[in-house]
Amino acid sequence: MLKPDLLIVGAGPAGMSAAIVAARAGLKVVVVDEQPTPGGQIWRGVEANAGTSRGRALGAQYCSGLATVRAFRECGAVYWPSTRVWQIEPTLGTYVTGPGGTRVITPRLVLIATGAQERPAPLRGWTLAGVMTVGAAQILLKNPGSVPSEAVWIAGCGPLALLYAHQLVRMGGAVAGFLDTRPSTPLRESLRLAGRAVLRSSGELAKGASWYAELRHRAGRYVPGVVDLQALGTDRLEGVRYRTAAGRVEEIRTSLLLIHEGVLPELHTVRSLGCEIQWDAGQAAYRPVLNEWGECSHPDILIAGDAAGIGGAEAAVHRGRLSALRILQRLGKVAAEPGMTEENCRTALARALALRPFLDRVFRPRGEIFAPDDDTIVCRCEELRVRDLRAALAGSVGPNQLKAFTRAGMGPCQGRQCGLTVAALIAAAEGRQMSDVQPFRVRPPLKPVRLCDLAGLADEGLSS
Amino acid sequence: MFRLLEDDRGRMESTVTIEIDGYPVIARIGETVASALLREGASWSRTTPVSGARRAPYCMMGVCFECLMLVEGEGLVRACQTPVRDGLKVERQMGPRKVGPSC
Ligand SMILES: Cc1cc2nc3c(=O)[nH]c(=O)nc-3n(C[C@H](O)[C@@H](O)[C@H](O)COP(=O)(O)OP(=O)(O)OC[C@H]3O[C@@H](n4cnc5c(N)ncnc54)[C@H](O)[C@@H]3O)c2cc1C
Ligand code: FES
Repeated sequence: MLKPDLLIVGAGPAGMSAAIVAARAGLKVVVVDEQPTPGGQIWRGVEANAGTSRGRALGAQYCSGLATVRAFRECGAVYWPSTRVWQIEPTLGTYVTGPGGTRVITPRLVLIATGAQERPAPLRGWTLAGVMTVGAAQILLKNPGSVPSEAVWIAGCGPLALLYAHQLVRMGGAVAGFLDTRPSTPLRESLRLAGRAVLRSSGELAKGASWYAELRHRAGRYVPGVVDLQALGTDRLEGVRYRTAAGRVEEIRTSLLLIHEGVLPELHTVRSLGCEIQWDAGQAAYRPVLNEWGECSHPDILIAGDAAGIGGAEAAVHRGRLSALRILQRLGKVAAEPGMTEENCRTALARALALRPFLDRVFRPRGEIFAPDDDTIVCRCEELRVRDLRAALAGSVGPNQLKAFTRAGMGPCQGRQCGLTVAALIAAAEGRQMSDVQPFRVRPPLKPVRLCDLAGLADEGLSS
Repeated sequence: MFRLLEDDRGRMESTVTIEIDGYPVIARIGETVASALLREGASWSRTTPVSGARRAPYCMMGVCFECLMLVEGEGLVRACQTPVRDGLKVERQMGPRKVGPSC
């Protein structure tokens, strides 16, 4: 059994940054990540892509990840790639399965840096083959370097959709049309939220504005204010129907539609441990309840990066460092790097988060996402539609009874694609706020595990 | 639905051949079974246990479980988290799969 000082789950910007600070200060650190190489979502495959034409097309922010990945590789932390964490016990006993089989790690402290997932975007026909997320298409861009075979239709709202369109065009792909589902935001309110951040973040704002301008110019069509989005087809996607801001219903033919409605913190790990979460109205998402170091309601678990609340990669780096500084404090160590102080990290974090309230407001998902029409499948695994869940809810049940009655959230994805929509349907049925509704309980295993992996543990006499 | 870019990175990479439902499929070393599947004409990965509808990889990051396939006879494997290797045998997963896969 491995007994490090610190176990970090996730080798993205947050996990790597924390590992570098902690390992350089002399802690025994183990980092586990499901991906075969370090980088997380934003810097996926950066070691292979940086310095190639693909890396250049993905952009400077992407290539900048190489420095962090290199520092991480050299920092002295033990790194287990292609390894998934499928259970963390409240006593911190952690079960992982990877190329070396299944192992148990019992660290003194755990840092969860599992990042984000895309927000479930329930719409009619979203289960058809041919409907994918923008994030999925961007993963294909990074590795193996695939682009849609034909000019592609993108529908959605959020910086990632704009970034993908920009990267795709730079790589020689083409956008047939962009169906912008972003609700129109009163400009004055958004700018008020941005406040002084506008001045400090003018570069970021200009970048975003230029992506929009490029999209309007390069996409075959750009349609703002889209609602009532539907994917059409029987065995696979054949077309898309939507209503424009002017109220006109339009239909296009396509065999591929990429959708995106922003990102949410990965909460499965945190919730399986019973850690407290809260509704964040600004981000329209649940997030863990944390103090300024990333410590949660479990005394020996910290959470950093987008898993702590969506802040973006830059903020993930600084949150990772802050959590690492706290861990050093608790274990009686000091940071080895001269500039690595709490004050510097907090200043950098505040700067990285300055534009966030503005982004959250401008890209707030449309109401339809939380109240899809009766025919829309909510639980993809069990093929349950809004109408099935509303019928069950008429009997006034909570999320866990609803799960038992309907099987919603009991399929292989364990509610990752329906949990938030179900919570919203419950809130609506009972006239409650999202903050008063708890999503499904989460039970291990967090990731699929084979019986023989468990059997292997028993052989070692480790299973409890 | 997807095609490979012919950029300088792509040119440096070598390929392997995997088998999907008995048909040979060329894949780039380092990619996943799901990303190779998405270049095939029939890019679906499984049928659902409930209605038998066809599903295809949706998220590519391991959180939707639409890409479940049989890999070397083992069921319920996420193709988007499975790297290719030469000769790997993959099958589409039809309907429900018994638990207790072979090891
Ligand atoms: C699909 C997708 C693409 C994105 N692309 C971009 C982009 O191009 N640019 C951008 O600015 N932002 C992007 N983002 C936003 C992203 O959240 C970044 O802000 C940033 O990557 C967050 O860093 P992080 O360290 O918090 O988490 P991540 O970078 O997400 O890293 C988390 C890591 O944890 C691992 N992990 C999770 N659960 C487990 C487990 N149980 N066991 C083992 N390992 C686990 C994952 O494999 C992952 O590598 C993307 C988000 C998504 C979902
Ligand atoms: S495509 Fe979503 S889990 Fe594999």
